[in-house]
Amino acid sequence: MDWQDFLSVLPFIIVAGWATILLLVDLWIPANRKGITAGLAVLGLIAAIAAVISRFGIEREAFDGMIIVDGFSSFLQLLFLGVGVIAIAQAYDYLRRRDIERGEYYILLLYSLSGMLLMASAGDLIVVFLAVELLSIPLYVLAAFAIPKADSEESALKYFLLGAFASGFLVYGIALVFGSTGTTALSGMVAAIESAETTPILLLVGSGMILVGLGFKVAAVPFHMWTPDVYQGAPTSVTSFMAVGAKAGGFAALLRIFISALPGAAVMWMPLTMWIAALTMAWGNIAAISQTNIKRMLAYSSIAHAGYIFMALPAAATPEVAPEAVRAALFYLVTYAITNLGAWGVVLAMEKAEGSGLEIEDYSGLGKKRPALALAMALFMLSLTGIPPTVGFMGKFYLFQVVIDANLIWLALVGVVTSLISAYYYLRVIVVMYMRDGEPEVRSEALLNSTIFITAFGTFFFGILPGFLLKMINQVSLLDLFR
Amino acid sequence: MVLLEVVQGGGLFAYAPLIIALPILGLITNIIFGRRLGERFAGIVASGVVALAFVIAILQFLALQAHPEGVTIPIAEWISVGSLSVSWAIKVDTLSTTMMLMVTGVSTLIHIYAIGYMHEDVRFQGDPGRYTRFFIFFNLFVAAMMVLVSADNYLMMFVGWEGVGLCSYLLIGFWYEKGEDGIGNAVAGKKAFITNRIGDFGFLIAMFLIFGAVGSLGFEEVFDWAHAFGEENVLIISVITLFMLLGVAGKSAQLPLFVWLPDAMAGPTPVSALIHAATMVTAGVYLIVRSNPLFSVTASTSNIVAIVGTATAFFAATIAVGQFDIKKVLAYSTISQLGFMVAAAGLGAYVAAIFHLINHAFFKALLFLASGSVIQGIEAGHHHAEHEGADIEEPFDPQDMRNMGGLRSRMKVTFWVYLIGALALSGFPPLAGFFSKDEILVDARLENPALFFLLLAAAFLTTFYMGRQVFLVFFGKARSEPAAHAKENPPVMWVPLVILGVLSVVSGALNLPKIHTLTDWLGTTIEHVHITEFSFSVAGLAVVFSIVAVVLAWMIYGRKPIEKGEADPLRKILGPIFVGMENKWWVDELYDFLFIRPYVAICWFLADVVDWRILHDWFHDSVLASAYRNGSQWLAQVFDLGIIDGIGNGLGNITKGASQRLRFVETGYVRNYALAILVGGLLTLTYFIFG
Amino acid sequence: MLEPWIFIALLLGAGMLLPGVTIVANWLLAPKKPNPIKQSIYECGIETVGETYIQLKGGYYIYALIFVVFDIEAVFMFPWAVAFDKLQLYMVMEGVIFILILAAGLAYAWRKGVLEWV
Repeated sequence: MDWQDFLSVLPFIIVAGWATILLLVDLWIPANRKGITAGLAVLGLIAAIAAVISRFGIEREAFDGMIIVDGFSSFLQLLFLGVGVIAIAQAYDYLRRRDIERGEYYILLLYSLSGMLLMASAGDLIVVFLAVELLSIPLYVLAAFAIPKADSEESALKYFLLGAFASGFLVYGIALVFGSTGTTALSGMVAAIESAETTPILLLVGSGMILVGLGFKVAAVPFHMWTPDVYQGAPTSVTSFMAVGAKAGGFAALLRIFISALPGAAVMWMPLTMWIAALTMAWGNIAAISQTNIKRMLAYSSIAHAGYIFMALPAAATPEVAPEAVRAALFYLVTYAITNLGAWGVVLAMEKAEGSGLEIEDYSGLGKKRPALALAMALFMLSLTGIPPTVGFMGKFYLFQVVIDANLIWLALVGVVTSLISAYYYLRVIVVMYMRDGEPEVRSEALLNSTIFITAFGTFFFGILPGFLLKMINQVSLLDLFR
Repeated sequence: MVLLEVVQGGGLFAYAPLIIALPILGLITNIIFGRRLGERFAGIVASGVVALAFVIAILQFLALQAHPEGVTIPIAEWISVGSLSVSWAIKVDTLSTTMMLMVTGVSTLIHIYAIGYMHEDVRFQGDPGRYTRFFIFFNLFVAAMMVLVSADNYLMMFVGWEGVGLCSYLLIGFWYEKGEDGIGNAVAGKKAFITNRIGDFGFLIAMFLIFGAVGSLGFEEVFDWAHAFGEENVLIISVITLFMLLGVAGKSAQLPLFVWLPDAMAGPTPVSALIHAATMVTAGVYLIVRSNPLFSVTASTSNIVAIVGTATAFFAATIAVGQFDIKKVLAYSTISQLGFMVAAAGLGAYVAAIFHLINHAFFKALLFLASGSVIQGIEAGHHHAEHEGADIEEPFDPQDMRNMGGLRSRMKVTFWVYLIGALALSGFPPLAGFFSKDEILVDARLENPALFFLLLAAAFLTTFYMGRQVFLVFFGKARSEPAAHAKENPPVMWVPLVILGVLSVVSGALNLPKIHTLTDWLGTTIEHVHITEFSFSVAGLAVVFSIVAVVLAWMIYGRKPIEKGEADPLRKILGPIFVGMENKWWVDELYDFLFIRPYVAICWFLADVVDWRILHDWFHDSVLASAYRNGSQWLAQVFDLGIIDGIGNGLGNITKGASQRLRFVETGYVRNYALAILVGGLLTLTYFIFG
Repeated sequence: MLEPWIFIALLLGAGMLLPGVTIVANWLLAPKKPNPIKQSIYECGIETVGETYIQLKGGYYIYALIFVVFDIEAVFMFPWAVAFDKLQLYMVMEGVIFILILAAGLAYAWRKGVLEWV
């Protein structure tokens, strides 16, 4: 162990440590000036971003393989930190408006982010578990942030109970893997599969349970049922962060474990993940059609998108396609993050102080009243559907291409057909905004507007010129655990 | 010492991209802050960035001393489709650096001048808010011009080419709601743009052909190809260069596309000086010189180029003689001088072309700015005279030379610099124009005597109309009240004039006979450089012609200055010829008759007869509509409602129904959700254990 | 195929056996001489007053939580203190950081008024 090891987890240390320091600092910041806490939190995130960038391109293992630093982890950490900055900017005015402004919001957000950062570079199942809990527990609290609002409490409790249940699966799976291989290191799993003639059944069962635990985090069918209730009940700013951050965190672990630690057992998990992906896409998109509440609609949309990203797993079972599949998944995660943050930002702008204004019908007349906002929302909806010239199209295109490369034509077909179905409910929002008359009450807050502008710009810009992003992603690779 | 090392190491080349970036920075700053921080700020920022760009250009110049072969600095890959690969790269060599130095240097002076000029102009025109906009456009122009001259391939050059065209359009129509009938300026801008489009079309075709023949648009690849395979591809190169010539004719206002430039004088005077005299219009000359490996291969095109240039030089000079608008005279003079440059390039005297280009930039910018100073002086006099209640004929045209006279005593600085500019343009030794024009004439005499005499005649006319202008404007008695009250402008306007005046005097030294500094300098970039020896017979002949022209001008306009309301004495002497000169030989009317009216007629025919009467009234309404009505009746009633809708609605209903049913699964009870997870988990495990 | 399961089954059996044996042994071996005082509810040696199924104050829970946290801290500190002279510098630093984090938590709870019993 040397100082290099600490440098390897520097972004995590910065975020977690800064959160702890802020917890104390915040005690002496007057209640009506919590903007200071938000600003300080952003400063910490910027420092962490600098730390990530400074070690870009480095590949190493730290703490005896517990921590992995590679292009994959650095890229995801950048994504998480960027999401964190936007989430804080979105939350500031919203919290004031709903009169739930407390400094702890930003601190909990930082803690959750630190969990995500750890998740991205986890090289050991224990670290994965630690990261999952560090990611989730602050989210449980955040979901209840609008206390004493009943929906917020209900949302938090549901999330907590089911999350604990899923964590049970995860930790039990880890235990079984340990029982089978005698180690919790991901490289140990690779070695165990390599050395045995047939894959040890305990290892398989363990990884199956891990799949359940992480499938819950990313809201894959049939572990998704909490999602609409929790997304709807939680304060919208939390939902925005949760929908993007927690999902990306879950996928970070899924991709790392299944593609880099379990390629030897790919024959076994490939059909399973394929079915999960297909089911998730179908269920999420079909169920979204009959939603009238925008938050529930976006919740189902997020389930559906989890299905799309999930397609990268069965595709990665084909070794030649695996690196490309990881990149496609990462690209899609970025796509999803940009677009979804933007869409939730619009929802935030439309939400009224008492928490109403969340029905899709409430968006009537937005096109006339706030053309720019409506245009941004239309852009996000098009991107979620996957229509050019938006980044969503590029993401779907890349992903479907990888799936087809892996010879999973029918899975790609399911993806295309469900995308078509999704157009129905995404475009309905556009129709309501532009073709119905109404007098929506819209907020115009500088920070929120700027986040919507940035994400809308990103959605459009990367939709036309994805080259920059692709170039960055093309340098990403998972550290080969078995070298 | 450190500086010296950096210079010799070629490290200064790294700053070259700044030469484009700085003007862009300036215009962004002005877009964001300009309006808020006021005129002074906007003017200083705009001038400052251009001055800095000039400094960068000097750095490039220094770096080239140690590395005359120059460098290409890649910035980014731009387009990569199939075999087409174009990148953004900046080419720093002696030719591009010469252009950079000239453009940024002259731009800096004109920017500074414009600080003072536009201050008055926006107030006179009644919209001070446009001050900042002017400088934004101006900076944009400099940036585009830099892209044009620093390009290392034709496509990037085309971007700059179009960029300066856009700026030209924007600035000609800067007072778009002014001018004849309230849209005169806008129409002038449109005319410039459309005429340029015709030229650009030629340039585009040339580019397509180059890509088709060479498979690349990079200068280096194209020129290497021309060296290696030029001989067997003379035909295609001739076609390429001819289309290029069309582009040159558009941008550099040559026959037959010169008609836009005189109208472009509708822009504010600094625009006329910078864009329509010193820099943008020389882009065509630059294009020819840059493409010299192509032009050198094909003698036929080079001949055509030389003929077009010479014809333009002479033709425009005759028109300039008959103009009364002070800026129109200069505009036709510019066309004429551009003709000289193009002719030189066509004769293979590339260095002479660039030499004249630089000198012309100095003295023509000087003349335009000085004419702006005159106009503004008279406008100031106009206001003054109005205050005193003098009787002024309305509408009063402050640009009409017939309203001027006697300004020599009232605007001393302006007079002297104007005189220097006029002498330099006329080619009196030892001023700038003498050396460069002489070089062109010598080359013409060696290559093609017919062209030589035509050019000599053009030079003679040049001296004559400049003499006419100086006598009309500055000598004699004031022919109007405003002219009698004209007053000198503030230093911010006349200091750049003085600097340009000094440059016009000394810039001939760039390529003195026997020393040939510029020839050596450009020789590293241009391949077919030949040293033109000074010829006393040619120089003597030119000087004698010039002196005769001045004397002639003095006899007609100087000896007995024309009185208020008196007709031009030349009208009596030349008769119908003068009427032709005055009316620009009816070229605009000719074009109107030849192209515009037939075009409008065709449009009307297509719109009214073909489209409306035949297509709409008959074909659509009678033929198509009835067939369609019957067909769609069947499709709608039988096919669509019955079959397609059945399937479509069925699918939709199934999806919707499924969606409704899925809603019931979502009970809201945690225990049910947990059960779903459990079942999912069990299925997973079952699969792994027994699968 | 099912070999590893035997191990699990054995473990499961042993796991259920151990507490089962102690409970059953207790039940079998203990002398049974009940009287009303023995059967009354034990509450820190004090007699209960009123109904036992009542809502407790939330503050009580947090109070207890903080107590547990410092309990755990003590558990870690004992081995740390014992091995103190054999530890490397960074291990000492880790211990200090651990205590500092807990101290931060205490400071937070204190400032938020959790330690006030109202």
